[in-house]
Amino acid sequence: MKKRTFREWLKAWDEGEIDFSVPGPGCPETPGDAASSGDAADDRPAPKDDAAIRAYARRFRDREAALFRRIYPVMVVLIVAVISVFLLRVVTELPPFGSADTPANSSETIRRYLEDGLSETGAVNVVAGVILDYRAFDTLGESHVLFTAACAVLILLLSSEKQSDSLRVREILEKDAVLHTTGRVLIPLILLFGIYIVLCGHLGPGGGFSGGAVIGSALILYSLCYGPERVRKGLNLKSYRVTVLTALLFYSLAKCYSFFCGANGLETIFGPGTPGNLFSAGLILPLNLAVGTVVACTMYGFYALFTEGTV
Amino acid sequence: MSSFVLNFPLFMIILCLVCAAVGTLLPRAAARTVSLSLAALCLAAIFCVFLYVYGAGQEFEYRMGHYPHPWGNELKIGILESLFGMAFSLVLFLSLLGGKDPLDRLVEPGKGRFFYVMADLVLVALLVLVYSNDLFTGYVFIEICTLASCGILMIRGNGRTVLASTRYLIFSLTGSGLFLFGVIILYNITGHLLMPDLKEAVGALTASGAYRFPFLASVSLVSIGLAVKSGLFPFHLWMADTYGEAVPTSSAILSGLVTKGYAFFLVRFIFDVTGPDIFWQSGVQNVLFAMGAAGVVMGSVGAIQENNLYRMIAYSSAAQIGYIYMGIGLSADLGLTAALFHILLHALTKPALFLSASRLSARMGGALKFRNLQGAGYYEPAAGVYFTAAAFSMIGLPFTMGFISKYLFGLAAFRASTPKLVLTLLVLAVSTVLNTFYFARTVLRIYNAPKKPPAERQPAKDLPSYIIAGALFALINVAVGILSGPLTDLLGYGLSLF
Repeated sequence: MKKRTFREWLKAWDEGEIDFSVPGPGCPETPGDAASSGDAADDRPAPKDDAAIRAYARRFRDREAALFRRIYPVMVVLIVAVISVFLLRVVTELPPFGSADTPANSSETIRRYLEDGLSETGAVNVVAGVILDYRAFDTLGESHVLFTAACAVLILLLSSEKQSDSLRVREILEKDAVLHTTGRVLIPLILLFGIYIVLCGHLGPGGGFSGGAVIGSALILYSLCYGPERVRKGLNLKSYRVTVLTALLFYSLAKCYSFFCGANGLETIFGPGTPGNLFSAGLILPLNLAVGTVVACTMYGFYALFTEGTV
Repeated sequence: MSSFVLNFPLFMIILCLVCAAVGTLLPRAAARTVSLSLAALCLAAIFCVFLYVYGAGQEFEYRMGHYPHPWGNELKIGILESLFGMAFSLVLFLSLLGGKDPLDRLVEPGKGRFFYVMADLVLVALLVLVYSNDLFTGYVFIEICTLASCGILMIRGNGRTVLASTRYLIFSLTGSGLFLFGVIILYNITGHLLMPDLKEAVGALTASGAYRFPFLASVSLVSIGLAVKSGLFPFHLWMADTYGEAVPTSSAILSGLVTKGYAFFLVRFIFDVTGPDIFWQSGVQNVLFAMGAAGVVMGSVGAIQENNLYRMIAYSSAAQIGYIYMGIGLSADLGLTAALFHILLHALTKPALFLSASRLSARMGGALKFRNLQGAGYYEPAAGVYFTAAAFSMIGLPFTMGFISKYLFGLAAFRASTPKLVLTLLVLAVSTVLNTFYFARTVLRIYNAPKKPPAERQPAKDLPSYIIAGALFALINVAVGILSGPLTDLLGYGLSLF
């Protein structure tokens, strides 16, 4: 490269003649704007000198990447080691796990959850009482995390093209007698079990998240056995969206009502009821149903989008 | 005004969630209307809240349900919270208003509505980050923010955007992970998640000297985690790729809002969880200061090396994030005022830059290399003027917000220790020169005599909405630049109430 005065250098920089991103001589002219990025990317022309660019890229890979490949593992090990030692030291100084007098286990928060949870929320399952009554706003956020993830996957994968791979796999699976017979026996049981977990979330271990996951897996199994067309009769893209929308709307509005009442010192119409009854614990049962619906739909939606490109 | 106004943040949060859910069923144009009206409504409602809180001169805790802290979730409604809630709603409104054309051109029609759904979700995440009085609720909505911004980035759907958003996701999830570790450690040693109780417990812990190392670890993990998510140097490498490839409207929302939300949440953490004194004893602020100062210089150096307009603006974004964290690390009072002012400045400037750049580039047939943008300012006069105004503000010329921000940084530096004073002044001087280098180059380039007539490709016809949005961006920038007194006083007053 010829030597430049500052003035010349400035001019060359201003003209865009200096390309910092490309090291050294021997690089072919990089493709123009359109190929680099930006608005015109849709009609980007093919790079002029494809072979030369590829040759350069290969050379670059050999020279620069060899160095990178050598440094990278060392750095990874080093950084992971430092972070591990740091976190391990933190863990050794934390209060012992499981003992009763740690700050987390003996705080007034936990005491009230355990002692008054049943009478205040009406939920025999204290966990359900905490996540759907005491800290219901967090759970409202969590179910919208699922919704956001489902939308993001829709953005990524929603396409009209069928994927040939999944078609082939499906043909094999649909002829599989073992799968069919097992499915016929198991799917109703799994569905029933999932519904039970959702419905009795406030009475025992379970709830919308776990029950919804079980129902979602039943739907996935059904789709594997009998093909997504059969599922689509009941749950196509439109009804999928409507179902999720209804569940989320119900959740948001019901909780909005209950937050509003709570903040302004009003009584809600949903009392704790008689603990232990199916219809008790105020809003927890309907909220569990809403969360279960969202989780089941999201699970099945992910599966369908990743295999079929549509719900 | 009655205290009923205090319910508005809750209503706005729920309304955002409802609009997002409904938006999945609407056609694109309707989803856009919903998002725009939602942002405008949030702006109006939070303005009422702001007036009420300002009149009352105190902060309010708002129970989300029947249980007060430490048992139930809460919001905290104060002056700064409302101010930033307003600013974020305003910037989202203007970005969506002015960013219709690139969205229509670059996004598949069937997916257009999801952009607006994601924009609603970003707004709700920002509102909760601003208002939440609960560290874990903050984390939940950080997740929503991450996923939604990822969706916003990859909506363009070509290979490069998917690659860039994967990269963004890796960086961002690293940040979320660190933040979550920090929260878990903090919960383990205090037993609380709500900020008022955390603050009390942290005060007691510091006084007794128990769990010193875990506490230090959790403060640094939370701070660094949020800094990584904001894209602070050296974690800024995703920016150039992401903003260079995404739809300019996405870049505007991401750079103007999402990265700022995390920075504001860190300020909340410093004041409401640790308290400024304890935070300043931990020494984490020095790390943030060093990373910020390095980021200012390295971001500008990166911008100078770029020949691509979007990527240059992206590197400039990295530099501005550096400013914000430099201010947070500088000092508790004036430094934070400067940092908060810089958040507002950058939120109001960067979207204008991205949107104007997209306009200029579209007019020149999609050109992004400076060479090919020559004379774009003549063919697209409005975008040229808005770009110039925003660029002047980024450089820090008088009568713009940028000038005030640099002035506040200088002022804050004189209250800090000598090494920080010297470093801050040095960084300010160097970065101003570097900023001038690359922004002046761009502005001169778009106003040079054009080499060739523009290509046939014309921008779409929705010019008025862009002109209004850009004009508002520029006007606010200049107006605050001339009359900065009330705003800086307000920031100082809000910080004193925090």
